[in-house]
Amino acid sequence: MNRVGFVTLLRKEIRRFMKVVGQTVTSPVITSVLYLVVFGQVLKGRVEVYEGVSYLAFLIPGLMMMSVIQNSFANTSSSVTQSKINGNLVFLLLAPLSIFEIFAAFVLAAVLRGALVASCLYAVGWLFVPLPIAQPLHLLAMLFLSSACLAALGMIAGILADKFEHLAAFQNYFIMPFSFLSGVFYSIHSLPEFWAGLSHFNPFFYMIDGFRLGFFGVADAPGALSLGVVGGFLMLVSGICLGLLHTGYKLRP
Amino acid sequence: MTAAIDIDAVSKRYGSLQALGGVSFEIPAGSFFGLLGPNGAGKSTLISIIAGLVRKDAGAMRVMGHDTVSAYRQARQNLGVVPQELVYDPFFTIEEMLHIQAGYFGQRGADVQGWINELLRALDLEGKRDAKLRALSGGMKRRVLIAQALVHKPPVVILDEPTAGVDVELRRALWHFTRRLHNEGHTIVLTTHYLEEAEALCDRIAILDHGQVRALEDKSTMLGRHPYRFVRIKTSGQGQLSGPLEALVSSHGEAGSGDIEFRLHKDKDRIGDVLDGVREAGFRLEDIRMREPSLEDVFVEMTGGEA
Repeated sequence: MNRVGFVTLLRKEIRRFMKVVGQTVTSPVITSVLYLVVFGQVLKGRVEVYEGVSYLAFLIPGLMMMSVIQNSFANTSSSVTQSKINGNLVFLLLAPLSIFEIFAAFVLAAVLRGALVASCLYAVGWLFVPLPIAQPLHLLAMLFLSSACLAALGMIAGILADKFEHLAAFQNYFIMPFSFLSGVFYSIHSLPEFWAGLSHFNPFFYMIDGFRLGFFGVADAPGALSLGVVGGFLMLVSGICLGLLHTGYKLRP
Repeated sequence: MTAAIDIDAVSKRYGSLQALGGVSFEIPAGSFFGLLGPNGAGKSTLISIIAGLVRKDAGAMRVMGHDTVSAYRQARQNLGVVPQELVYDPFFTIEEMLHIQAGYFGQRGADVQGWINELLRALDLEGKRDAKLRALSGGMKRRVLIAQALVHKPPVVILDEPTAGVDVELRRALWHFTRRLHNEGHTIVLTTHYLEEAEALCDRIAILDHGQVRALEDKSTMLGRHPYRFVRIKTSGQGQLSGPLEALVSSHGEAGSGDIEFRLHKDKDRIGDVLDGVREAGFRLEDIRMREPSLEDVFVEMTGGEA
């Protein structure tokens, strides 16, 4: 294994988003806080949530996970697409790094960005409402698995995209709707039966629901099911991504 | 002796275009190797396959004895590539980029810093180490690309048209630097459109055309094998060359200069006959200069086109 090469790529990817921290961390935190203020006030008392859990407290984990989803995806997808369009991806392709080392470094950096945004949001959330963590290990597992899923998905999108427009389409027509319609702002028990049933086919629902379980110890779906679905989804998208890297599709013609 | 690069029946097709059709040759370790050919000859495809940037359809490729697919880590470790395009990462400074590139190749620490300092000095980039690449001129960017290719101290360096679009001063500086690398023991592979560049620098030449190797020889052998020599005669007065003599004319000088260049076959055409013919045509001979064939003459002869 090229350990130094892997660590260098990981550090490079972290430094890349830290160099524009206002855009990659601060901005999504501010957006989420605005959601928190607006929806927290507007929907307070109107949306049915778990017993003994205020709507504001319910909303914060959902917003945290939505930020994780969007930022993990954005990190890998923008990095790969930008490198492809600028042409500087060549420096990475010339290096003695295996496809797994490249994949792991990109994904881990994106997980760190997702975790950083979520942590900032969590800290800001305490200003609004105390939010103790009931099952920290489950919460961390959901955070890691979900973030890694979206990071791998972002890499796939980055590999497939020929221009930023393609990436924006992927983000606007897939990531955004699926993350919004996954129970960020509501418990699926408050939905009509059909929509509640349909939500169970959305992997993002399990990410948010399983993450909430880490905070409150209760959720719409069993914790093991959320872990299993998200873990399975991670294996699927990782397999597709590694397959694309292995064949060199759009990277090594 | 191990070949620096061993290319064995390598083929590559893009749709209906056969970019490389079973190319085989060796680049000897320690050589200064010129890879020449007209546009679309397959040079860039070949270099990209060596570097692992493009996948071959068939054949095998080894760098310092390491297969570029099954032993890609060792093969890439032995190779430095200066890409043709002026590509760069907009997020990092020159020094940061060099550290990152060294790290990809498993190198870090004080040794790397020392070597980076040396590279920056040698390429006249010391004052720009904290600059981002977008702020630099094309020539400076080219130097950074060379530094990036050398940062892991590869024994084999490929320069893909390194002097394309650079001014004369920088071209001379790059020639000097690549000669120095070669003298220090690096194998240099150069593709270029400037044939005088290949002639001045390279000791061994391959000419590719339509995905096939048309010629592969030491430069001196290649030039020596060329069957022609050139005689440039400065004339004055008016005259009319005879048909057979006119057929030997390879070029005329500027209008009014009176310069005529003849291409003479080494075995068949005699210079005395040409001089007599020019005099008999009514011209006065003012000056005579002989010219041995250049690489460009050989190139045009073999490819029937231009570089």
